[in-house]
Amino acid sequence: MSSDSLTTTGYIKHHLQNLAYGQHPDGTWGLAHSAAEAREMGFWAIHLDTMFWSVVLGALFLWLFGKAARKATADTPSGWLNFVEWVIDFIDDNVRGSFSGKNDLIAPLSLTLFVWILMMNLMDLVPVDWIPQIAHLMGIEYMKVVPTTDPNATFGMALGVFLLTLYYSIKVKGPMGFAAELTMQPFQATNPILKIILLPINFFLEFVSLVAKPISLSLRLFGNLFAGEMIFILIALLFSGGLAFAVVGGVLQLGWAIFHILIVLLQAFIFMTLTIVYLEMAHSHH
Amino acid sequence: METALLYVAGAVLLGLAGVGVGVGVGVLGARFLEGIARQPELLPMLRTQFFIVMGLVDAIPIIGVAIALYIMFAVVGG
Repeated sequence: MSSDSLTTTGYIKHHLQNLAYGQHPDGTWGLAHSAAEAREMGFWAIHLDTMFWSVVLGALFLWLFGKAARKATADTPSGWLNFVEWVIDFIDDNVRGSFSGKNDLIAPLSLTLFVWILMMNLMDLVPVDWIPQIAHLMGIEYMKVVPTTDPNATFGMALGVFLLTLYYSIKVKGPMGFAAELTMQPFQATNPILKIILLPINFFLEFVSLVAKPISLSLRLFGNLFAGEMIFILIALLFSGGLAFAVVGGVLQLGWAIFHILIVLLQAFIFMTLTIVYLEMAHSHH
Repeated sequence: METALLYVAGAVLLGLAGVGVGVGVGVLGARFLEGIARQPELLPMLRTQFFIVMGLVDAIPIIGVAIALYIMFAVVGG
């Protein structure tokens, strides 16, 4: 690990730092070598580790499921094919249960979101020092292996869902229908003057609830995984305290990992379910 | 003084998050058990919904816990 990891604080901060690539204040492009440098890069810095792991896991998902899809037969499935079928059945049940409209995009979208987020979350169960240590040996200073502990990744996904809800709201209800939904609820009136008075109030309320959706969606996923990662890092600190602490740390690590499996699965599932619910709301008329 | 305040902030965060999620999940679990006591055949469906809502309720306090731990170990120490 780098020089600042000798203290407890340095160790934690080192683990929470992404590998950022961006423009330095002096105009050159390159990697940030410290948290301060990464902050100076501002908005137009890209987190290479987040991008790398999310793209790799996404490609792995496509490859694994594509392999099963090409082999699919009407016979009794076995092994991996069986598992993929079970996952697809599970997603299909959920989509049918909570989505009443007719849209071919929703089920594949849900499957992708669920499996992709699940795979990214599962990276959390890899012991916190293994991959950063390997990366360090390869000369990479910072490495955060769980893309979902980076708000950029979760906000990216939530923004995608948000744009889809906007698109389908406008497509299904028409621009005027969508505008009416934003301004004629929740306070309704038949009197035209009263309608105009209520318009800004309604718009404010509806706009806040519209914008709150992607924010809460992404922050929920980010927060849960960040908390999990944080606790793993704190437990990992015990390993530096001698043999007795290391044994306790090992037991705690295992215990938290087992408990964390629930959160990992649940958050992927909730992200998927809420995506379906938001898109269902975009499709339904009031 | 400032360090002490940061510790208090972390403690308040953890404590209030605990109180909130205690009440929330308590009510949720009580209703869940009532539901399955009334209609045991609904258990699979109720369990799914229970976990969804628990995940929703659980999210905010766990974010609070993460921020509190971050304050206590990373901000105060640094």
